[in-house]
Amino acid sequence: MPDNQARPDTFPRLLLANAERLRGRPAMREKDLGIWQTWTWDEVAAEVRMLACGLAARGFKRGDTLAIIGDNRPRLYWAMAAAQALGGVPVPLYQDAIASEMVYVFEDAAARFAIVEDQEQVDKLLEILPRCPLLEHIVYDDTRGMRHYHQPQLQSYDALTDQGRAFDAAQPDYYAQQIAQGRASDVGIMLYTSGTTGKPKGVCQTHHAFIVSAQGGVGFDRLGPDDSMLSYLPMAWVGDHLFSYAQWLVAGFTINCPESGETVMTDLKEIGPTYYFAPPRVFENLLTTVMIRMEDASTVKRALFAYFTGVARRCGAEVLDGKPVALLDRLLYAIGNLLIYGPLRNVLGMSRIRVAYTAGAAIGPDLFRFYRSIGVNLKQLYGSTETCAYVCLQPDGEVSFDTVGKPAPGVEVRIADNGEVLVRGAMLLKEYYKQPAATAESIDADGYFHTGDAGFFDERGQLKIIDRAKDVGKLTGGAMFAPNYIENKLKFFPHIKEAVAFGNGRDTVGAFINIDMGSVGNWAERRAIAYSGYTDLAAKPQVYELIRECVEQVNAELAGEEALAGSQIHRFLVLHKELDPDDDELTRTRKVRRGFIADKYAILIDALYSNRSECHVETQVRFEDGRSGIVRADVQIRPARTFAPEQVKAAG
Amino acid sequence: MGAPRNVGEVVLAIDNISLAFGGVRALAEVSFDVRAHEIRAIIGPNGAGKSSMLNVINGVYHPQQGSVTFKGVTRRQMRPHEAARQGIARTFQNIALFKGMTVLDNIMTGRNLKMHAGFFAQAVWFGPARNEEIVHRRVVEQIIDFLQIEAIRKTPVGRLPYGMQKRVELARALAAEPELLLLDEPMAGMNVEEKEDMCRFILDVNDEFGTTIVLIEHDMGVVMDLSDRVVVLDYGRKIGDGTPDEIRTNQAVIDAYLGVQH
Repeated sequence: MPDNQARPDTFPRLLLANAERLRGRPAMREKDLGIWQTWTWDEVAAEVRMLACGLAARGFKRGDTLAIIGDNRPRLYWAMAAAQALGGVPVPLYQDAIASEMVYVFEDAAARFAIVEDQEQVDKLLEILPRCPLLEHIVYDDTRGMRHYHQPQLQSYDALTDQGRAFDAAQPDYYAQQIAQGRASDVGIMLYTSGTTGKPKGVCQTHHAFIVSAQGGVGFDRLGPDDSMLSYLPMAWVGDHLFSYAQWLVAGFTINCPESGETVMTDLKEIGPTYYFAPPRVFENLLTTVMIRMEDASTVKRALFAYFTGVARRCGAEVLDGKPVALLDRLLYAIGNLLIYGPLRNVLGMSRIRVAYTAGAAIGPDLFRFYRSIGVNLKQLYGSTETCAYVCLQPDGEVSFDTVGKPAPGVEVRIADNGEVLVRGAMLLKEYYKQPAATAESIDADGYFHTGDAGFFDERGQLKIIDRAKDVGKLTGGAMFAPNYIENKLKFFPHIKEAVAFGNGRDTVGAFINIDMGSVGNWAERRAIAYSGYTDLAAKPQVYELIRECVEQVNAELAGEEALAGSQIHRFLVLHKELDPDDDELTRTRKVRRGFIADKYAILIDALYSNRSECHVETQVRFEDGRSGIVRADVQIRPARTFAPEQVKAAG
Repeated sequence: MGAPRNVGEVVLAIDNISLAFGGVRALAEVSFDVRAHEIRAIIGPNGAGKSSMLNVINGVYHPQQGSVTFKGVTRRQMRPHEAARQGIARTFQNIALFKGMTVLDNIMTGRNLKMHAGFFAQAVWFGPARNEEIVHRRVVEQIIDFLQIEAIRKTPVGRLPYGMQKRVELARALAAEPELLLLDEPMAGMNVEEKEDMCRFILDVNDEFGTTIVLIEHDMGVVMDLSDRVVVLDYGRKIGDGTPDEIRTNQAVIDAYLGVQH
């Protein structure tokens, strides 16, 4: 990409430039009342202007924060741009967070303004209002159910933009002046970390950091105005901000907002994006859906599918990478592409995908290879909130499932002596909001940010992440214990949804397992095993047998890895309830909170490290409506076979 | 959309209705009224005559005695399609949807009475029929949006779980833009979450469109929370009528539910 001195250096300026450069071309689509509605770049710019003027009319000043809560809606993306145009800082929150979790962010960010999607979010904010005295203005997009709300803080989005129109007519230069005052070094966004460790921290990122990161990614994958992507991941998550906002404005492609959370798969199919991002679990769910439906297909179709996925497994990834492939395989692959892979990509909504990324968690080798083998250019990247989700990317043709790629353009990566990954570059956070101590702790004197991840570079120069540095512990025997690594290996099995491994400071490794209700439920139905719900199914002896096989397979794999042979799982149990973010067992991004779980289920851990084969447990759970209930169960604990390292070598 | 909720005049008056099937008296001299924009619940033990009462209101059953006055028009006998034309829509205790058709098509059938194009024009989907369908589709889409069933728009109804089918049935009833909506056990067989959703929708329908609602429900929590007034039937007779608070303390009602010697 040629370097241009006049290149816009803040997001509001980028928006203005795009409104000129890409006038009349689609910037955003949203499916509403069953029809895809389109806004062009100039229309988006005009909408943002009215919204910004509305906020200004209500007293939004430079440096103010604007809380944004809701699903991916065009108006909420406009709210980000509007806040930035006025020199303010948008703070997106996770839309499924419960009210009490929002209090902290509102207090910390001192937000006076909030723009939210609907009544659900308004209710939450009204609930926390007494504890957040600073919150003065709540603007809602969807008016449904809002008829009887008369709180003085409330205002509809339409009313606000009407006010904006009047304000703009009275002070036509105001908006341009505000944008002119913006600097690249201003904080453009504040994203709260998910809080795997303690209270969430507000990560302040400048316009410059996100623009540089977006330019790097856009150049790396040659994204442009013809590309199209589906925006369906939480707006509060750094990945969505990079892909659906920063890269959107930098590359000028089209973002598409799904009709609702449940319609994402249909919408994906209708839009057929060229650029796609999803965490591994989405790829996994997609594939599971397809596989379940394949089982119900006719014999001929099943046979064809089995044969051609075999062909793809053999040579698909090589074809995609442009590596040499035997002529016969190439021919078979072409036939398979016509009969199976093409239609399958179409069903998955991936017909037009040029670049797809996954990140956030480890992806299973089979899963990863499957997508690549049917011609979906799935790659991995590595980054965090503090680094604009921009540290490592896998270049086309140099892709593997167990690494996260090479350092991205403009990023320096170094491995510390203790194995921690350190990064430096323009994409680093400016600071943690109001937490200078935490900022100083995470960025060292040389300007390297300590990611907290343990990893190393492999022989191809690609970064491989094994675990959180602080989670890597030791067994009493001195062997390394990387719980996340073990958990991921377990989670690669479709029957296992979550796993929690324990072992630091103990003789052996033990594990809690959550079965995957969809997959195991289907498995049970096929075997005519009756069950009433999760707790019942989880306790079935047949299910235990199924999980034991998975655990033993993991043990066999671990036995083959020198450093980790000691962390084989000796005993395991299947938890009586699903781990849930509402019960604080998972973070909102669905990472297990190992310490919390260890405390909460101390009784089960004691049983795991005793000789008992059963343990009675009562657990309080919170339902979606906020009520609490108790789940009681007798949880079984089973031993699993472990392997001596030599034994595996002999067998292999 | 619609009139703001403001409980008003009596729109439906049930006067001295008696209904018998051979020797079985389903309803005996039942009278009560329903005011505009209110949510009126009919409760009672099994076999109390609740569903029969709804069937009388929308003309499925013809009572031997008494009259029904809807919007000032008194009648003894009426057919269900006449009731529908007057602005009465209903859902059923056992779901009565077209199982093989998609959710969208099922809801579209609710617009039937509002369609005017001829049979031929509809068959070839030409001219006015086409324009008309676009208008109706918009209304249907608004209902789909309202009841949050976008994800199942194109799914055949037979493949949906029970709770969802109930919601689709409500959608179809709403498609007729009724003034009076009769709901026969809208929450039967639902789990807590589905029930909460359904309560929300019923309140929203009442609130947004000003629709008057008469509902039969067994879940007392739901009834007491939702309704403005409650009628209690037992063995075909009215034994109570009043606000939820009055009903809660009514001795006859308590006896009927807890059981005393008859």
